[in-house]
Amino acid sequence: MDFALLFAYAVHAGTPLLFATLGEMVTEKSGNLNLGVEGMMLMGAVMGFQVGIATSNPLLAVVGAAAAGALGGLIFAFLTVTLRANQVVSGLALTIFGTGFAGFFGQKLTGKIVPGPITTFFGEAKVPLLSDIPFVGKILFAQNLFVYFGYVAAIALGVYLFHTRKGLNLRAVGENPAAADASGINISLYKYTHILLGGALCGLGGAYLSLVYVPTWKENITAGRGWIAVALVIFTTWSPYRAIIGSYLFGCLDIIGFRIQDLKIKVSPYIIDMLPYIVTIVVLVFISMRKSKENAPPKGLGNPYFREDR
Amino acid sequence: MLFRIIKRTDLTGTQAVMFRTAAVFLALLTSSVFIIILGNNPFEVYASMLEGSFGSVYGIKETIIKTIPLVITSLGIAVAFKMKFWNIGAEGQIFMGAFAASYFALNHADIPRPALLVIMAAAGFLVGGLWALIPAIFKAQFGTNETLFTLMMNYIALKWVTYLQYGPWKDPGANGFPKIANFHDNAILPKVFGVHIGWIIAIVLIVIMYVFIHHTKRGFEISVIGESENTARYAGMNVKKIIITSILISGGICGLTGMIQASAVNNTLAVEVTGGVGYMAIITTWLAQLSAPVILLVSFLFAVLVQGGAYIQTAFQIPQSVASIIQGMILFFVLGSEFFIQYKLILNKSILKKEAKGGI
Repeated sequence: MDFALLFAYAVHAGTPLLFATLGEMVTEKSGNLNLGVEGMMLMGAVMGFQVGIATSNPLLAVVGAAAAGALGGLIFAFLTVTLRANQVVSGLALTIFGTGFAGFFGQKLTGKIVPGPITTFFGEAKVPLLSDIPFVGKILFAQNLFVYFGYVAAIALGVYLFHTRKGLNLRAVGENPAAADASGINISLYKYTHILLGGALCGLGGAYLSLVYVPTWKENITAGRGWIAVALVIFTTWSPYRAIIGSYLFGCLDIIGFRIQDLKIKVSPYIIDMLPYIVTIVVLVFISMRKSKENAPPKGLGNPYFREDR
Repeated sequence: MLFRIIKRTDLTGTQAVMFRTAAVFLALLTSSVFIIILGNNPFEVYASMLEGSFGSVYGIKETIIKTIPLVITSLGIAVAFKMKFWNIGAEGQIFMGAFAASYFALNHADIPRPALLVIMAAAGFLVGGLWALIPAIFKAQFGTNETLFTLMMNYIALKWVTYLQYGPWKDPGANGFPKIANFHDNAILPKVFGVHIGWIIAIVLIVIMYVFIHHTKRGFEISVIGESENTARYAGMNVKKIIITSILISGGICGLTGMIQASAVNNTLAVEVTGGVGYMAIITTWLAQLSAPVILLVSFLFAVLVQGGAYIQTAFQIPQSVASIIQGMILFFVLGSEFFIQYKLILNKSILKKEAKGGI
């Protein structure tokens, strides 16, 4: 078995997870638990594909996907921030809606193939020099532009969260909205912009599936990856840097199920499918046992914040 | 800000119902846009959704069959939610309950029917409850986030049932088709008036839960814990013990749903056994504000939506996705309407006055 090739494929399979994980992470950092990831990914996937078919323009397709994901985020933000609705229920409703939305716009797209210009644009693009590094180069730098954009997005988000004033403010909103409010941070504005950004990232994750990974349209194209992304946010303990490794690891688990039989290991692929969720639980329990402040979920996660109720 | 938001105290029950009804109508109006895009008449579509759920004996039976698991699961979830234990693991608890019941159905079909059914129900209740207990213990012990924990447990349960269906429990007599053998007649719940006995179980459970929450000591303790754990502790309640036993009941009821669905609806264990009921019931529970009688009403309305959605697919060739969109819309609008039930907006007169002065 060629391990470099296997890992390169894991990065490919992990990229939609990376985008969705970053999206959910930035949403959760604002204190909102959006369980509509699956819905927003589907909205992005179908819109990206639709725009791609209509225009044959890769950039427009990606922008369309991000916009559709952000639309899902907007619905969620309006319900939970402005109208103070329950976050879990609103997220689940968003998943139902997104599934319907994708089915509705996707019914005429089934079986269609991504136009040539887009496939070429997202074809393999070796990074000069870096792709010559033995083993690692083949895994990380002989990928497509969309994958590289994933690295950039994750690192940019990490820098934003941990090294800028706005990122600090955002974390304050997620940890303790009352204190953030008192220090003059506009809570609603921060929540809205980051939930929308999160939705856009989830939409991009969906677009990777429909435009690059599959790349035809099929019903329920995400196949539960949105929920894996929710798990990944915990697994990588709310760090965009660790999200890179975590996503590719889960991407590896995603593809390894049926390949493991080549290695003559007698484990059912369905049992391997359980692993991401089991390790996520282990991580979740471990964080809560250690009570470390650094890796814990945002304190205000899931709790609505109303200034009047203080 | 131009508006001030204040808590309502003046709203009567009837007005609240009117708000919610208005929300549903607005949702239907918005969904009409999608139906018109498809080139259909929204009125015809809505009318035939009703026809699909009420227009025939078959339709009515199907609607009731779809109501039953929603009601029972919602009742289970309500117990957990009452304590502000955000159990979103009903889906997994249903799977595990169905799994436990199926074990007896498949391996001990020689037991006389009533005894076997009771054993299956007990097994479903117990295993569903234990499945919910795992996150509850960690929550009580370490404060582990139960929302995320129970969500992950759903997927483990789903993969477990998938594993059984495609692996060790696969029916060798199904020509390689990945399905588990159908239950023996002894393991199938009887019908009463043409619908499986689950409807009687659902009604009995509604009464039991209503009495439990409102008229027993434990029910009262659950409500107190939900309001404030500290209050409960000062009052001398053993908070951990109450949480753990109540979650056992909550998960157990969801597990019972699994037994009923596997036995009466699917006649076997399959990955389709939950049909997403575990997630939908979270929504119905919340919309019913955890009240047992209202759960019946909301679950019924949801079943009408689901059954009607399936019907328009065959009648109009309208894809099932439209039904999902309508469902999503109704949820959005009803969730949004809660705000207007609890709060009202007041024009901030002082700001207006200032602006008026500035104008002069």
